[in-house]
Amino acid sequence: MNTPISWLKAYVPELDVEPQEFVDAITLSGSHVENWVQKDKNLEKIVVARIDTLEKHPDADKLVVCQMDIGEAEKIQIVTGAKNVKQGDLVPVVRDGGKVAALHGDETVYENGVPIKKGKLRGVESFGMMCGIEELGSSREFYPEAPEDGVYVFPEDSGVKPGDDAVKALGLDDVVVEYEITSNRVDCFSIIGMAREAAATFKLPFNPPVVNVKGSGGDVNDYISVEIKDPDLCKRYCARVVKNIKLGPSPKWMQRRLAAQGIRSINNLVDITNYVMEEYGQPMHAFDLSTIAGNKIIVRRANDGDKFVTLDGQERELDKDILMICDGEKEVAIAGIMGGENSMITDNVDTMLFEAACFDGTNIRLSSKRLGMNTDASAKFTKGLDPNNAIEAINRACELIEELGCGEVVDGVVDCYPEPVGPWTLPFEPDKYNALLGTDIAESEMLETFDRLGLTYNESDRTLTIPTFRQDLHCMADLAEEVARFFGYDNIPTTLPHAEVTVGKKPFNQRIEDMARDICEQNGFSGAMSYSFESPKVFDKLLLPEDSKLRNAITISNPLGEDYSIMRTVSLNGLITSLATNYNRRNKNVRLYELGNIYIPKALPLTELPDEKMKLTLGMYGEGDFFSMKGVCEELFEKLGFAKEVSYSPDGGYTFLHPGRQARINKGKLEIGFLGQLHPEVVENYGMKGEVYVAVIDMATVTMLANFDRKYEGIAKFPATSRDLALVMDKTILVGDVERVLKKCGGKLLENIKLFDVYEGEQVAEGKKSVAFSLVFRAKDRTLKDDEVGPLVDKMIEELKKMNIELRA
Amino acid sequence: MNEKLAAIREQTMAKIKEAKDIDALNDIKVSVLGKKGELTQVLKSMKDVAPEDRPKVGQMVNEARAIIEDALEKSTKEINRLLRSEKMKREVIDVTLPGVKHMKGHRHPNEIALEDLERVFVGMGYEIVEGPEIEYDKYNFELLNIPANHPAKDEQDTFYITKDILLRTQTSPVQARVMETGRMPIRIVSPGRVFRSDEVDATHSPSFHQVEGLVVDKGITFADLKGTLLQFAQEFFGKNTKIKLRPHHFPFTEPSAEVDISCFKCGGKGCRMCKGSGWIEILGCGMVHPKVLKDCGIDPEVYSGFAFGIGLERVTLLKYEIDDMRLLYENDLRFLEQF
Repeated sequence: MNTPISWLKAYVPELDVEPQEFVDAITLSGSHVENWVQKDKNLEKIVVARIDTLEKHPDADKLVVCQMDIGEAEKIQIVTGAKNVKQGDLVPVVRDGGKVAALHGDETVYENGVPIKKGKLRGVESFGMMCGIEELGSSREFYPEAPEDGVYVFPEDSGVKPGDDAVKALGLDDVVVEYEITSNRVDCFSIIGMAREAAATFKLPFNPPVVNVKGSGGDVNDYISVEIKDPDLCKRYCARVVKNIKLGPSPKWMQRRLAAQGIRSINNLVDITNYVMEEYGQPMHAFDLSTIAGNKIIVRRANDGDKFVTLDGQERELDKDILMICDGEKEVAIAGIMGGENSMITDNVDTMLFEAACFDGTNIRLSSKRLGMNTDASAKFTKGLDPNNAIEAINRACELIEELGCGEVVDGVVDCYPEPVGPWTLPFEPDKYNALLGTDIAESEMLETFDRLGLTYNESDRTLTIPTFRQDLHCMADLAEEVARFFGYDNIPTTLPHAEVTVGKKPFNQRIEDMARDICEQNGFSGAMSYSFESPKVFDKLLLPEDSKLRNAITISNPLGEDYSIMRTVSLNGLITSLATNYNRRNKNVRLYELGNIYIPKALPLTELPDEKMKLTLGMYGEGDFFSMKGVCEELFEKLGFAKEVSYSPDGGYTFLHPGRQARINKGKLEIGFLGQLHPEVVENYGMKGEVYVAVIDMATVTMLANFDRKYEGIAKFPATSRDLALVMDKTILVGDVERVLKKCGGKLLENIKLFDVYEGEQVAEGKKSVAFSLVFRAKDRTLKDDEVGPLVDKMIEELKKMNIELRA
Repeated sequence: MNEKLAAIREQTMAKIKEAKDIDALNDIKVSVLGKKGELTQVLKSMKDVAPEDRPKVGQMVNEARAIIEDALEKSTKEINRLLRSEKMKREVIDVTLPGVKHMKGHRHPNEIALEDLERVFVGMGYEIVEGPEIEYDKYNFELLNIPANHPAKDEQDTFYITKDILLRTQTSPVQARVMETGRMPIRIVSPGRVFRSDEVDATHSPSFHQVEGLVVDKGITFADLKGTLLQFAQEFFGKNTKIKLRPHHFPFTEPSAEVDISCFKCGGKGCRMCKGSGWIEILGCGMVHPKVLKDCGIDPEVYSGFAFGIGLERVTLLKYEIDDMRLLYENDLRFLEQF
């Protein structure tokens, strides 16, 4: 919503503030100013001047030397190259030391304008410059009378004289303010609404237009009748008739105001419609009455599949939820969106039917979306207009038609308003407003505010009558907000809730997540963040089998595109993609982790919310291998106090991992997660080369297993005895299995097992490997003797023999 | 005897003085104090001394021994000191060479900003509560006073799964879920991922994070909301931060406001960061709409409350002066390493 301050002043005549002050105050009272432009910011010392004499330049064919009357005793001399000027013309002139906004034929944007100084042109002095409309910071679009190329010449009827302020004469001494109006304030999408706000903000009188249509006799009912067949979609339909239409240009003041709104002048009729739409926020439509069959208007839904050509020449396909304006035979307009080609006003129009209606906002919004048609009118209707505004607007338009001599208004209005909406009342509850706001505002101040806003106070029953244009006021809190806005949010005190003490805390699962982050970062992994939705192609990239349950992903019905269409069921894609980004940018040794949800539906299509499972995902390439990644996992489990209960098995069957380098992470039968080297084909699918390692850990499971009970066990007082065991075994035997045997045989006295060598090669037989452990035995209460340790080691060797494991010779 | 001892003493002291290294000192020690050393020989020759003189001679020998031992020790220390200082001269390093660092990961800037935020509110007695990212329409819209066909539903460009299930467009549904439990008083913050169908560009992402705050109790006022936000802003952005509330509209709060903070870069003078205004828009807030309280089973005649919502990415971008939101989701190590 844009409004020139000058237009607001038409209804708030005492409004006289600096633009910055206006903008700050109106923002703080609720109409947020997004932007504002002072149109004459870069215009200085520009006057109306008359060309008294005009002579050829002695040394230049293309220049002329003019003596200009600027309303002062002395004339000034100006040299110009403009071809469109002649003696007697009144033109804007920037004087020596003044400023213009731009230069003719120069695309540069001059933030602070262009200073103009006297100078010599081919040896002849010039004390300023005649200005074209572009140099004044505007364009022909808003000043159609300006020449395409040359100096602006004031039209004869403009009533200006030499010495006048040219900026004022052109209406450029204005500030255009652009507001962000919130969706609840439908009334503020109009000049009148904004003027009311401005008056209330600055506590000034508000004088809305008083409308008076003289009429020219006749009876509108002889010209037209209106029937609303679908009153759920059309609350009100007002129609008036204008005859003997004389199309022509609208007056300058109207053109200027429209120009300030960014609306180009077309002709008096169109301009009046646009003018009232801006002024009252009510869109209107004009039909050529001679095209309306049967002298009647019927408002009804379209039929599925109907075709209709709108006034822009496009054929539109309709459906039964689109509301149409029809005459006795045919459809003539899409209600609230666009008129039809078959009934539009042409230059030959003689009698016109004026429509101001109130259509259902939701219906217009959905229809215009389906049709793909966003018009000025639909944008207004979409907000849900006040039906009582329609009649005022149509009368205002007719008044302007009379004022501008654009036609003769037939007496009477056809007003089809099946269920009139009246104002409603709310109790006046000053104590409650103050209690909610934490203020101590006087009743009288509140009532003054309400009065300025057009609410009427009924003292007898202490109620407030709410006018229908304030559709947003329905409860105590709404009224409290009105009080607060004009009291000033700034003036409300700042206090802290003096309520019951509450304990600030983080949930347990988040504390575990924090620990996981710390462990990852200590191990060189940096935090990453990726989207929750991804492409269904991910499943193929990750080599998931066709029947994998993970392919049952939740689909977004209106995604941004296929690449963002499913909710991830595997957490790997985002992280691998990020690794690939780094890889392609030649970053070395990259380690990333992410904590994020995957989404597992209980059934598809969804009937209830899915399981959201928080996963810790790690990925890396460069330095490090499988065991670096495993080390991180182990550290996490140690930190969470259950590392000793965790086992790793190679039989997880993860298709996206290297079949020989993957492990399922278990606690008993419970799967905590997995880790491994990414399958080389997956690596290739993501455009990378080399070894990539990943791990995924289920946070809910580790949170459940986390155990922070620690008991001090004392520091060992007695020396330990250590034994080394070098064993030869089949390559396929897992060290984990061997360790399990050692632990079992070692019992309580076995304090620690440390693997210190794994060897395959010439020194051992084909298909075998040598594995060496250092075993540490210790008792808490005595120094161990050889004959206590010896039998334990013997038992180990005996048990290992059963697995075909021998001591290395 | 006396002379002999004096001679040994003098000679030895002279030798000690001349000794250049530890070996020389050791040789002296052996040659004088050793088993066959000169002083030991004197003791051995005691048998030739008259018995009545023996104690005296013994004392003299011990005295000499003590003096020599003392001299030896001092010399040893001195020589060691010299050796050490020479060694250290050879060991000089260039201290301007870079330090050796262990490979460390970096926390994501968004996460750092979130933790900072949470710390402030936990310190103020708020509990952190999470809610589902895939949510029922009921919690995301209906209970928040956004009924079917409400234009706000369009404004928020929702991703739908089914008619009733969607990707939450805000963290506000957690408010409704917490209020529905009926436990009073409520003082929570709820951070989390939210989704809106915005195309990706420098300032938009279809997935981002919000932090929602909610306080409900008896007698909670708009002034309390202002005070709470001021305290938050000063803790988070610096103790001289000022706040400005502008009236605004949200369906689930009334009165509502948008909150600007004084620019933390220029202190309010106006700079590029605040686009010259001296203020930066940071969050939306308001008093919980009575209808929302009622629909969630709380009597608005008894209880009142306030709520606020902060766009986390916005805070992150501002705080670290990051000029493109896409960087947050690219995870380029050269970006992450800067935090």
